[in-house]
Amino acid sequence: MLASWMEKRFKWIVTLPALLFVLVMMAFPIAYTLRLSFFEWSMSAASPPKWVGLDNYIALFKDGRFWHALGATAYFSFGALAAETVLGVAIALLLHREFRGRGLAKTIFLLPMVATPVAMGLVWVLIYEPTNGIFNALLQAIGLKPLHWLGSIGQVIPSLMVIDIWQWTPMICLIVMAGLTTLPQEPYESADVDGASRLQKLWYITLPLLRPTILTAVMLRLIDVIKTFDIIYATTQGGPGTASETLNIYGYVLAFQYFKLGLASSLLVVFFLLVMGLTLALIVVRRNTEVSS
Amino acid sequence: MKKRNAFARLLSNTATWLVLFVFSFPFIWMVMASFKTQVQIQSPGNFFWFRPTGRNYAEVFNQYHFFKYMINSFIVAIGSTLASLLLGLPAAYGIARYRLNGLGLTILAARIIPGISFLIPWFIIFNSLGLVDTYTALILSHMLVGLPFVIWIMISYFEALPHEIEEAGAIDGCGKMKVFLRIVLPISGPGVMTASLMSIIFSWNNFMFSIILAGEKTKTLPIAIFNFLSYSEVNWGGLMAAACIITLPVLVIALAAQKFIINGLAAGAVKG
Repeated sequence: MLASWMEKRFKWIVTLPALLFVLVMMAFPIAYTLRLSFFEWSMSAASPPKWVGLDNYIALFKDGRFWHALGATAYFSFGALAAETVLGVAIALLLHREFRGRGLAKTIFLLPMVATPVAMGLVWVLIYEPTNGIFNALLQAIGLKPLHWLGSIGQVIPSLMVIDIWQWTPMICLIVMAGLTTLPQEPYESADVDGASRLQKLWYITLPLLRPTILTAVMLRLIDVIKTFDIIYATTQGGPGTASETLNIYGYVLAFQYFKLGLASSLLVVFFLLVMGLTLALIVVRRNTEVSS
Repeated sequence: MKKRNAFARLLSNTATWLVLFVFSFPFIWMVMASFKTQVQIQSPGNFFWFRPTGRNYAEVFNQYHFFKYMINSFIVAIGSTLASLLLGLPAAYGIARYRLNGLGLTILAARIIPGISFLIPWFIIFNSLGLVDTYTALILSHMLVGLPFVIWIMISYFEALPHEIEEAGAIDGCGKMKVFLRIVLPISGPGVMTASLMSIIFSWNNFMFSIILAGEKTKTLPIAIFNFLSYSEVNWGGLMAAACIITLPVLVIALAAQKFIINGLAAGAVKG
């Protein structure tokens, strides 16, 4: 009896526990955050959440700090992503050949991705240290003026980009390397017959064939780079001032330092729509390249 | 022509090793500084020649109680991974065999949605239930990291298994549950290994969920090292020793199980 009941509902029995988790730990919290974005609440038991309609969204769009955070997010994300893509593809092409120590090279490349980001962020703080850091020592050794790096409003975001580039270029590189091993050989053979140079083969055959792979890698990175939290919070906490305050950091500050839960929720809803929109746009771009190639 | 090839090879070999040096430099720097005294770290010029000291490591364990935080990190990483496997393995099997793509996509949403949008409600709820600063809250929150890995890695693993294996089981009179437990799971070792390692590493590294949901009792290593910054003068040697201690287990896993980790990191790419 029980056995046949289980047999019929097997599909639901195996998925139910995970489904419950998704409902309780994901769907409910998202609905809660969405609802909270129409309320004003500072988590005090004495004053319950107060309905304010769209006021949080209006306040958010009038908030200069929000627009600044949006700009910082765009600057950081696209700067890091562009560099990671170019470097990742270049390094993948460099490593995609037989040489002694290829295994070791791949292993070393794996490490920045898996090493604890907070810990590595703090290592970078020491590297960037204005008075004792190695970077300034190197600059001075070649006769240049020392920089403030993470401590300067103008240099902080590029300095953070360098950390992200160090951490995540290997990701793009590994995906592109996997893509390189699946490329067909025929185009290269006919190119050899036509006497194409190495550079021509790279530009007219390899890169176009790699396009879908590169776009996949870019999409995966984009989803994560926009939400970068650990290395920024560990190294600058959004500072100096608010110079490196991205949307994720500002959302965190609003929620857990100022306890403006309603405003923070409205920011997160806008932020989510942004991530979603960009992801969908990239999916469409990728699909179009597949059709045309 | 031959000469040019040799030159090209020399050039690309040099470039390769230069790139590798640059990417491993922060690790080299971290390890070196962890054996330096505060004075040695603060006197530029003597970067590579110094008398190593083990004092920083002793300090991290004795003064900063890192052993306790390490235990906390282990409990949360192992706990959330086991729970993710328990929920994720059957679910992935169901999704793979019955093409329940909706559920699969919903779980993938965990990767796209900013983590803080989960964190605000969790904090409010866990707070009212008195669960902040408990392993339960940390394990539940870290499952949001582990479960998507388990489900997505295992869906593609189960989909790749030949149907004949299960059909043979069904002919032998095994129920579907028995086929899954006795036949499918035992041959899924490599997939489970990849999923578990990814879940453990990313729980071990998690900072955002733990910084809000952990307290004095359950503080994990990333929070403990971040707290180094709250002292008036940063103890750089101690901080770097702490960084070495935190990253060492992850690096060892990555080196020992390189193939699994590359598969795991690429899992998203395959599905993208």
